Amino acid sequence: MAEAKAIDGRSLIRRRAGLRLWLSAGWLGMLCIAALLAPWIAPKDPLAQDLFLGRMPPVWEMGAEPGYWLGTDSLGRDVLSRIIHGARIALMVALIAGTITCVIGATLGLLAGFLRGWVDLVISRLIDIWMAFPPVLFSILLIAVLGPGLWSIIIAIVVIDWTRFARVVRAEAMAQGAMDYVASARVAGRGRFGTMLREILPNVLPTIVVLLTLEMGIAVIVEAILSFVNLSISTDQPTWGGMISEGRASVHQAWWVLVFPLITLFLTVLSFSQLGEGLKDRFDPVLR
Amino acid sequence: MCGLHMEGLGPMQILRVLLLRLLTTAITLAGVAVIVFFVIRVVPGNPIAMMLPPGATDEDIARLSALYGLDKPIVTQFGIWLSGVVQGDFGTSITTRQPVLALVLGRLPATLELSIMALVMAMILGGVAALAGTRFRGGRTEGAIDVANGMALSVPDFLWGLVLILLFGVLVPIFHISGRVTPSLELPFVTDFYLFESLFRLRFDLWADIVAHMFMPALALAIPLAAIIGQLLKQSLKETMNLDYVTLSRTKGYGETRVILREALRNAALPTLTLVGVQFTFLIGGTVIIERLFSYEGLGNMAIDAVVNRDLPLIQGIVILFAVIFTGVNLIVDLLYTVLNPRLRHG
Repeated sequence: MAEAKAIDGRSLIRRRAGLRLWLSAGWLGMLCIAALLAPWIAPKDPLAQDLFLGRMPPVWEMGAEPGYWLGTDSLGRDVLSRIIHGARIALMVALIAGTITCVIGATLGLLAGFLRGWVDLVISRLIDIWMAFPPVLFSILLIAVLGPGLWSIIIAIVVIDWTRFARVVRAEAMAQGAMDYVASARVAGRGRFGTMLREILPNVLPTIVVLLTLEMGIAVIVEAILSFVNLSISTDQPTWGGMISEGRASVHQAWWVLVFPLITLFLTVLSFSQLGEGLKDRFDPVLR
Repeated sequence: MCGLHMEGLGPMQILRVLLLRLLTTAITLAGVAVIVFFVIRVVPGNPIAMMLPPGATDEDIARLSALYGLDKPIVTQFGIWLSGVVQGDFGTSITTRQPVLALVLGRLPATLELSIMALVMAMILGGVAALAGTRFRGGRTEGAIDVANGMALSVPDFLWGLVLILLFGVLVPIFHISGRVTPSLELPFVTDFYLFESLFRLRFDLWADIVAHMFMPALALAIPLAAIIGQLLKQSLKETMNLDYVTLSRTKGYGETRVILREALRNAALPTLTLVGVQFTFLIGGTVIIERLFSYEGLGNMAIDAVVNRDLPLIQGIVILFAVIFTGVNLIVDLLYTVLNPRLRHG
């Protein structure tokens, strides 16, 4: 009886995990299409200002201007078009920064966890030092050094977040390295690096993929935070964080300038993390 | 980071491990000092030129640079700064021309109060979620708690802060969305710990005003940590509930709620504690952007201003202070774990 219940619960978990995997993948897919086709599907020019149309509410509110579906900001720019164009920066940062961070962090973690010795000592000490920095302050400091711009943001994310991968991959590689199959591979005549790449890496890969998905969500947030403190891209590029910063300042006069970019950002971050969690369940042999 | 593993060790060995732990902490702090000092000196933009009025001559700039020691080679500057730090002198802020240490210590209480309030909120919210999830395990309540936990964990404090501003600042405006205290109020305080001092002086009117300002930023910081506490505690509670001694107390006829609260909680809390320590440092790191979001006059808000104004000595001071707090919290948690873990105590 108890066993039947457990199996039932397991399939329930799997079904729920499947649903959230599809929902989040669906939202992110839609976002990718919107970003790619932004110039064609955005109803207005995201930069066009019209001071006579400042702070127009969304179409279903009183006093709205037709054609501006989600209203306009204080300069009369279309909120919906700016959100669609903002997806370009957000997704670019997520993909590029996420991938570079992953490659660097995972490599260092793998080296530290498998080779041990002084390599591990140096990398672990670096991780300790990095963990003692407040990350948001560190990223703001780096942007001040590098100057605003897309690549500065990407570099800042890589410099700060490589430890997320390095810490977890190091621990996993250490655990895998202690297992019998690694010893037998060595006995069978594989070299050290061969063992690391052909035996350890494939076993750590699922974890790395999950971390990568989570990191993409974090990258989107970091970009938004940096835009929020006015340190991201130049002001004529629409970004979600920049819109949120503007919306925060005029929240009592025009709530829609804050609410819509916030919902978009919220769903995107939630999707990346749910995708990561969903993948984790898929990879987990106990649940499968 | 690592806990002290010393089952069955004598006092001498414990002392050795402790000293080793202090040594690595010192290395970490030294690393932070070196990195921050050299990174911020690559910052483009002359801070001296920024503090003088437009039209200042090159001679004026050179004279002021010499006053702040910015004309010397960078390694010499580091030596001067380090010898000052060892004596408790963190230099002078370029924008306000006040000692960095005094400025930083003046803002520290605001950030500490915010972090502690957030920690307490997280423990209450997470604790209640874990206890309710354990009490009604297997049912719909547990499912709902799990979903809420997952949401709280996926979305960072910055976004929760914005959501809270919309909910309790705009939609139902019951809390203040900016500042630490209403500016028109007369403050009789002698310390910068407003929250604690107002309680101490029994000024509940001021206390209520301060809490109304702190509530949202603290809650935004607390939500992700509450989710982590809720998850971990529930997991270890459920494991504990299957142990023999818990079953024994159930056969004595105690109710389920009492068994959870009186028997299981005490044993389940310890594994959660160690993880809460590291997570608490993440929470403190989060104050930087949350203080900015709520215009709360703490360290983090001052730090962002310092970066924008290129106030090098102030940036250094704040980053070092954050690093000291982070490593300090980790050290304290490790020690607490040793004291509280009965296996290690009686070993």
